[in-house]
Amino acid sequence: MAIPIAYYLVLSAILFSIGVGAFLIKRNIITIFMSIELMLNAVNLTFVAFAYQWHRVQGQIFVFFVMVVAAAEAAVGLAIIIAIFRSRSTLNVDQVNLMKL
Amino acid sequence: MYLVLFIFFAGLCVAGALNLLFQRHPINSALSLIVVMSSLAVLYLLLGAEFLAAAQVIVYAGAIMVLFTFVIMLLNAGAEERTHGSHAAYIVGVPGVAVLVCLLAFIFLSSRSRLATARLGDYVVSTSDLSKVLFRDLLLPFEVTSVLILIAILGAVALASKEH
Amino acid sequence: MNGNPSLHLWLIPLLPFIGFLLNGLLGRFLSKALVSTIALLFTAAPLALVVGIAFRFSSLTLPHFEQLAFPWIETSTFRDDVVFLLDPLTLVMLLIVTGVGFLIHIYSVGYMAHEEGYWRFFAYLNLFMFFMLTLVLAENFLLMFVGWEGVGLASYLLVGFYYLKDSAVDAGKKAFILNRIGDFGFLLAMFLMIAHFGTLSFSHVFFTIAQHPEMQGGFLTAIALLLVLGATGKSAQIPLYVWLPDAMEGPTPVSALIHAATMVTAGVYMIVRSHALFDRSPFALGVVAVIGAATALFAATVGMVQTDIKRVLAYSTISQLGYMFLACGAAAYSAAIFHLVTHAFFKGLLFLAAGAVIHSLGGQQDMRAMGGLRKSVPITFWTMSAGVFAISGIPPFSGFFSKDAILYAAFLSPTAGPIVWFVGLVTVLLTAFYMFRLWYLTFFGEIRTHDAHPHESPWSMLTPLILLAVLAVAGGWIGIPKALGGGDQFAHFLDPVINPAPSYEQTRIAMDEQGVQRAATSSTQQEPRGTDSQERLFSLVSVIMAGIGWFFADLLYRRKPGLADQLVERVQGLYSLLVHKYWIDQIYTALIVTPLLFVTRYLLWGVGDRGLVDGGGSLAAGGVRGVGALVQRVQSGNIRSYAGWLAIGAAALLLITYFGFSMQL
Repeated sequence: MAIPIAYYLVLSAILFSIGVGAFLIKRNIITIFMSIELMLNAVNLTFVAFAYQWHRVQGQIFVFFVMVVAAAEAAVGLAIIIAIFRSRSTLNVDQVNLMKL
Repeated sequence: MYLVLFIFFAGLCVAGALNLLFQRHPINSALSLIVVMSSLAVLYLLLGAEFLAAAQVIVYAGAIMVLFTFVIMLLNAGAEERTHGSHAAYIVGVPGVAVLVCLLAFIFLSSRSRLATARLGDYVVSTSDLSKVLFRDLLLPFEVTSVLILIAILGAVALASKEH
Repeated sequence: MNGNPSLHLWLIPLLPFIGFLLNGLLGRFLSKALVSTIALLFTAAPLALVVGIAFRFSSLTLPHFEQLAFPWIETSTFRDDVVFLLDPLTLVMLLIVTGVGFLIHIYSVGYMAHEEGYWRFFAYLNLFMFFMLTLVLAENFLLMFVGWEGVGLASYLLVGFYYLKDSAVDAGKKAFILNRIGDFGFLLAMFLMIAHFGTLSFSHVFFTIAQHPEMQGGFLTAIALLLVLGATGKSAQIPLYVWLPDAMEGPTPVSALIHAATMVTAGVYMIVRSHALFDRSPFALGVVAVIGAATALFAATVGMVQTDIKRVLAYSTISQLGYMFLACGAAAYSAAIFHLVTHAFFKGLLFLAAGAVIHSLGGQQDMRAMGGLRKSVPITFWTMSAGVFAISGIPPFSGFFSKDAILYAAFLSPTAGPIVWFVGLVTVLLTAFYMFRLWYLTFFGEIRTHDAHPHESPWSMLTPLILLAVLAVAGGWIGIPKALGGGDQFAHFLDPVINPAPSYEQTRIAMDEQGVQRAATSSTQQEPRGTDSQERLFSLVSVIMAGIGWFFADLLYRRKPGLADQLVERVQGLYSLLVHKYWIDQIYTALIVTPLLFVTRYLLWGVGDRGLVDGGGSLAAGGVRGVGALVQRVQSGNIRSYAGWLAIGAAALLLITYFGFSMQL
């Protein structure tokens, strides 16, 4: 039974949009960070789908790199979150607003 | 049969994502994200990406999400309070997201005829295929990513260490 | 006239201009003697030239002679050059301007000897001469206008000569502004002329009018009336006369030269020069006559009650200019010029003598503080008396003949008429009255000044007085009408200008680049003529009126001095009206000046400048600031709002890309 690639792409779009939505709605910094990871995963799915479409392996290698970068980013990002928590004692993103005009 | 598999795990992805959206406590969100990632691993398998499926489970679900869970528990983050920080996010953001998803869905579905269909077993990428390209043609980016990870380690240690 | 006479007319205005430059630029550093020498030299030179021209043509009929100095404006539709004109009328004016001007320059050397800014005075005086000579020598309206404006400028500079005195500065401004209003009329007249004739040259305009006998009234009336507006400004007639009494703030030689002998007569000269135009518009002539008569009477009534000696003379000037206007209105142009000439003599004399009186009393100008001066300053007394008799129209002094000519012509003229004549006659009485009043108050009776020691003026001041006195006595003898036994030489001399007939050889020698000869005629209006015995009767009547005026002045100011004050008590209201000059200045202020200031301050400055211009600028700045404030709110520091904007931005980009591509594909 064949599954059209378009379905994978639509799924990826839905996941991505949910990720953006979560980014906008949630107030906890860590949850927002997790929504970023969700978005990255959605994009990964797209890459793999297209890797199948064109029968090229470079798509999958790109997913590999994305994972590496996501890992590095998660590490640094969480370190920043810990630093923020130390100075502000809150994880509410609305209270991290010192950089306003 | 594969369609059933696809629909089941796709549904699990979406359900997990929605759960991440609707849960109040971050730990619940983290756990639902793990569900999403695992389902995605199965979907990768359906698309013939064996190595990636394994890497997804090991790296993403096994390392990154564990890191997230550690931090959540370390900071003892509680349930979210209801504060109203920004109106712009709702007023501008929600329509933006809606437009985004509708547009993308529309584009993809209308291009269905030009896209292929996935059959399991049609195109399976073995680890040796992957590594051949990775370590020959793309050796430089590979090495650069290792430098990147090094920098990330240094950054994380510098940021998270207590000041004396 | 045959051959190409080289008259060098352009030298005549140029020489005083050089004097102005020398004294104006270098006078500050030169000694007073040197400054005077330069000024007198550059005034005597044109006089010598003019006298030379007069002698040259003394036995011949002076032709109409034009000389191109240089081309000026040259466009495809309009052409105007600096052309100088010489004909009998110009020669008369030149002799007056240079002659009387020179005498007044000599007088000023004595009068201004102790003044600050001596060099400035003579520089301005020479500048005035330059412009006045340009005005008189001009062959077209535009060049005349240059001179016209220039004399207004010189008048402003000289009236405000004592620039540290507020009243003098204000008087200068007033003179200039009122002149400007008149100039507006002159300008409009010139525009109309260009529109209808396509040129401003005298010969072309008058030639065109002569060629078209059907041109009557209509636009010619409009042009004429506008010219009259200009003339009322320059010659101080109703309604623009109010600057002249205030202009007495200037030094006395200025009052004599500019406000008596020359500048104020420019309006009369202009009307006489344009007589061809006026002759075609009886309405305009009637207006001129009425204005002249009304002004003459009006000014005489005000002059009767003035106490400042110079103010009396100022109102007298306005009144006499009214006579000249009256003459023009009656189309008696040579009579108008005749009176202009005699007036230059006796009014110049009167002002200079008044200046001598003021100088001898150390600056006192109020007649109530004078008296009994005839023994202390005899020469001044005798010369001034000549002037007083002349202006009152006592025969055989000059004023009698000129005034008589005017009145008789007015009576006979279809445009003036008996009513105007009667007004002129009453004014003769009033003129005699106030002049003799001045005479008695100043020179007769007991001495009312006890601290001043009146002494005779220096010879630099007395010599011009004596010369002008001689002219005031004898100057009228060139125009004695036939009815009284004379040859009427003056009117004959001016005939070629005013009544050119085909029998006269009217060759105009135009020395332009092509050396073209142009012959032209202009329209005619014969001066009215009655019978000889009628004329003698009218002369007698006016002499009687003058005598009555003298009688009353004698009564009130010599024989019974207290009677004047008693009369004043009886007619308090009328007296008050006259002393306050009919409240005209106040009326003008209330009707014109105050509303104008109001409009300027509140509407133009307040609303226009501050509101619109500044406000426009502020509005733009405020707008930018407002927009900036709005946009500033995007930078809220809130991550989620940033994300929101990002989302919508991404969506928009995708939309544009997809639909942009699909449109093209």
